[in-house]
Amino acid sequence: MTSWDPIGTALATLLALSVTASAAALLPARIRPRLVGPLLAASGIAGALGGVAALSGRSWRLDLPELLPLAGVQLSADALSGWFLLLIGAVTTLAGIYTIGYAESTGQGPGSRTALLVLPMFTGSMLLVPVADSVPTFLVCWELMAVTSLLLVLTEHRHRAEVRPAAIWYAAMTQAGFVTVLIGLVWLADRCGTDFATIRATAPGWSAAAKAGVFLLCLTGFAAKAGAVPLHPWLPRAHAEAPSHVSALMSAAMVKLGVYGLLRVGFDLLGGGTRWWWLVVALFGAVSALYGIVQAVVARDLKRLLAFSTSENVGIILLAVGFAGLYARSDQPEIAALALAAALLHALNHAGFKTLLFFGAGSVVKATGTRDLDELGGLSRRMAATTAFVAIGALAAAALPPGNGFVSEWLLLQTLLHPGDSGTLLAIGAPVGVAVVALTAGVGVATYVKAVGTGFLARPRSAPAAGASESPVTMLAAMGLAALGCAVLAVAPAVVVPAISQVLAVLRWQPPPVATDAVAVQLTGHTARFGPAWIAVAVVGGVAAIGVLGRLVGRARRRQIAWDCGDGPLTARMEYTATSYAEPLQRIFDDTLAPERDVDVTHDEESAYYVEAITYRQRIPDRIENRLYRPVIGVLGRVGEAGRRLAPGVIHRYLAYMLTALVVVLIAGVIP
Amino acid sequence: MSWVVAVAQMLLVAVLAPFTIGVTKAVRARLEGRAGGRFGQPWRDLRKLLRKPPISPADAGMFFLAAPPVLMATSLIVAFTAPFVTTVGVGGSADLIVVVGVLLLGTVALALAGLDTGTAFGGMGSSREMAIAALVEPTLLLSVFALSTRVGTTSLGRIVEAGASDPARVFTPTSLLALAALGIAVLAETGRIPVDNPSTHLELTMVHEAMTLEYAGRDLAQVEWASAMRLTILLGLLGNLFVPWGVATELSPGWLAFGAVALVVKVLGLAALLAAGEVFLAKLRLFRMPELLAGSFALALLAVLASTILA
Repeated sequence: MTSWDPIGTALATLLALSVTASAAALLPARIRPRLVGPLLAASGIAGALGGVAALSGRSWRLDLPELLPLAGVQLSADALSGWFLLLIGAVTTLAGIYTIGYAESTGQGPGSRTALLVLPMFTGSMLLVPVADSVPTFLVCWELMAVTSLLLVLTEHRHRAEVRPAAIWYAAMTQAGFVTVLIGLVWLADRCGTDFATIRATAPGWSAAAKAGVFLLCLTGFAAKAGAVPLHPWLPRAHAEAPSHVSALMSAAMVKLGVYGLLRVGFDLLGGGTRWWWLVVALFGAVSALYGIVQAVVARDLKRLLAFSTSENVGIILLAVGFAGLYARSDQPEIAALALAAALLHALNHAGFKTLLFFGAGSVVKATGTRDLDELGGLSRRMAATTAFVAIGALAAAALPPGNGFVSEWLLLQTLLHPGDSGTLLAIGAPVGVAVVALTAGVGVATYVKAVGTGFLARPRSAPAAGASESPVTMLAAMGLAALGCAVLAVAPAVVVPAISQVLAVLRWQPPPVATDAVAVQLTGHTARFGPAWIAVAVVGGVAAIGVLGRLVGRARRRQIAWDCGDGPLTARMEYTATSYAEPLQRIFDDTLAPERDVDVTHDEESAYYVEAITYRQRIPDRIENRLYRPVIGVLGRVGEAGRRLAPGVIHRYLAYMLTALVVVLIAGVIP
Repeated sequence: MSWVVAVAQMLLVAVLAPFTIGVTKAVRARLEGRAGGRFGQPWRDLRKLLRKPPISPADAGMFFLAAPPVLMATSLIVAFTAPFVTTVGVGGSADLIVVVGVLLLGTVALALAGLDTGTAFGGMGSSREMAIAALVEPTLLLSVFALSTRVGTTSLGRIVEAGASDPARVFTPTSLLALAALGIAVLAETGRIPVDNPSTHLELTMVHEAMTLEYAGRDLAQVEWASAMRLTILLGLLGNLFVPWGVATELSPGWLAFGAVALVVKVLGLAALLAAGEVFLAKLRLFRMPELLAGSFALALLAVLASTILA
């Protein structure tokens, strides 16, 4: 090689560091996390730098024909790979720093040898997925990522019984998704060639029906990986039961690879297809966004809430991708580019705030041992820094200005406002899209107010919450860096516009019609404009000025107990819990959620008019799971039971099977 | 120049806000056969409260302290940038999605403060407020969106300007649907009858008041003032979107003075209308609210559909 090759160097460094990190997991328990964490962070930095290099317009290709039997390994990086390399690399870096404090030095749970051994393999294989350049390489990396993440979900299976069913759901769903992607891509490879460059060249000449088949198969698998409804049941389980740094990696980075796969196969390899492909994607997105957020708002478990919010955000991204495809197929290249830019930006924003929120949830679980919002509360005094970081993440996740989530939703709403003259489908579809995004945002705000308000504020509702103490400094540092990333994306989203233009150039699309200066985002050709930096400065400056002015001019603040009706101090039992907080919204969405309630009233022995105790139990089952999956699981179970009767342990029966099989094969061989 | 105008517009809204509340209270009292206070009474109440010390509950933290300034700041930002007096320059530069978002930020700050007090009332008000906001914000966004499609931009200044220059745009089926939806959303957002009753302190019905129960002195003054500004802002936007005449489309002193007078007339007129309407209505049961709000959401969706299909 004559000139220096930054992408190749970065990827080689990344792999070397991942392997070293895995090797470091074999050291004694006390020093293990302190070595694996920094090495993992360094590998993430290498990955992110490789991504930046790829985003600067460089391309890179490497062919290793001897590495895998039959197919070999082909790697290459373009700007689309670069965007996801950057995203995953950044999340990996933060997760590495977080691991130092999070993985206990007792060698249990996340600090165990297996967990720390597999963690760098997981991040390494995730970082290889976007640079895979042929069908076999892509499938191998994809499967490696699935298997390593499954092992990580199982980390705490000895501590909690719920981990195993969660892992089984995850394994089943991710493998089923893999099978559909496998069939789709192998079909594609069979007809159009194995490496991506050949497919790109030959796919346009292939039959449209077959391309649609490949697209639908791949979409199913990628949507399952992305956690889109109705392929989501693994997600709230796996995200909730995995250790929190793994939840962050899965939710912020891994599900985005579903989006990457969709973009790579749909737009790049198959060349965009027809309008109904993208209508299906948009419908997936709309259903995921609404169902995800309605489930999130009633969730009691903090990590389950965050997991359903992942489904919701993936829905928003898919909605944007779907509309990008619809606009592109309706000869509206400008708005299509804007929609795809919104999707890419939202993917990055979601990675930022969801990493932060899962880290925050991890700190809470570590400090209190519970994820149940009804048992938490009072953490704003005991864990002030964590509370502040979670509040920043929640601001972004609720898509409120001046958070970074607001910027990408603003862009998405702008694209939906300009359906142009693109036919009836978009004239109806775009307003419905606006309604979906608006309703999702509205319920999303309630979700995060509930998460922060009942989880962190006022008085603690249980002894563990009362005894909570702040997390180690490395965990806070990881959260601080994630918050900083969110702040940069919130105040200066303009910095990523050139990178997005490069990504769109890979797909042979025009750059998004966004003109940016230092402070404002403006759509060229339209008058829509807003200045995220101005809003941030105005809100922060205004609040500070009003607060300081009040303190300088007005009288000093006094502290008193809140009015308790003269009946002794208020107790934590009088506070609103997460369940009671979501009750009005649960009532509104009663038909969708169909909660199961169980009220037991115990009467006094003396008289039935006096009530001694009321027990109220409520469970909100996932209806899609019950209606869609339980019947399938039931049928499969019965088929399995029936299959047992074929093998009763009688040798004669087995000999008969063999004879029959032989005869069938012979007959099949004779018939031409 | 345009900065000075924007600051003046912000101050006008801030000064006008307590009078808006004063007008609603006075009109209501007169119609109910009571003497009632004068138009300036809310200003005197604010002056009294500002002199008193703020009191924090023992269990409350930063969120309780931060909410009144956040509420004030968000209201002032909207008053600074949205087209009330003029559609030109900084004073007319606001984007409608940003306006809805910034107002929602204030709502969220107060909802978190309600929870931060640790009292049952605070949590109750907060929970109800967020349930209502979850349905109102989409309606607000959607109905203004319906008006924006005809202009092709989300800039509130351009939308109002287009209405002022071409009155035929204002009287369309889209506008009427959007007006109905936006009207209900404004009532819900500002906590008026039939969604919330600003003069009740009964636990069965109270929403906004329940969150502010623990505030006293300067804090309470800020919360009340900011709430009055939110009412003024939303009435002003309603007025300028559907009756855009009088708003200054150029930055000359004469136009600006006329714009300011027009704003005062529109806001106080709508406030009087609101109060008169409230006399004849009863507050809805809390759990009948979703029907009303879902209805207004459906109207807003119809408005947007009408705007794209009929366009």
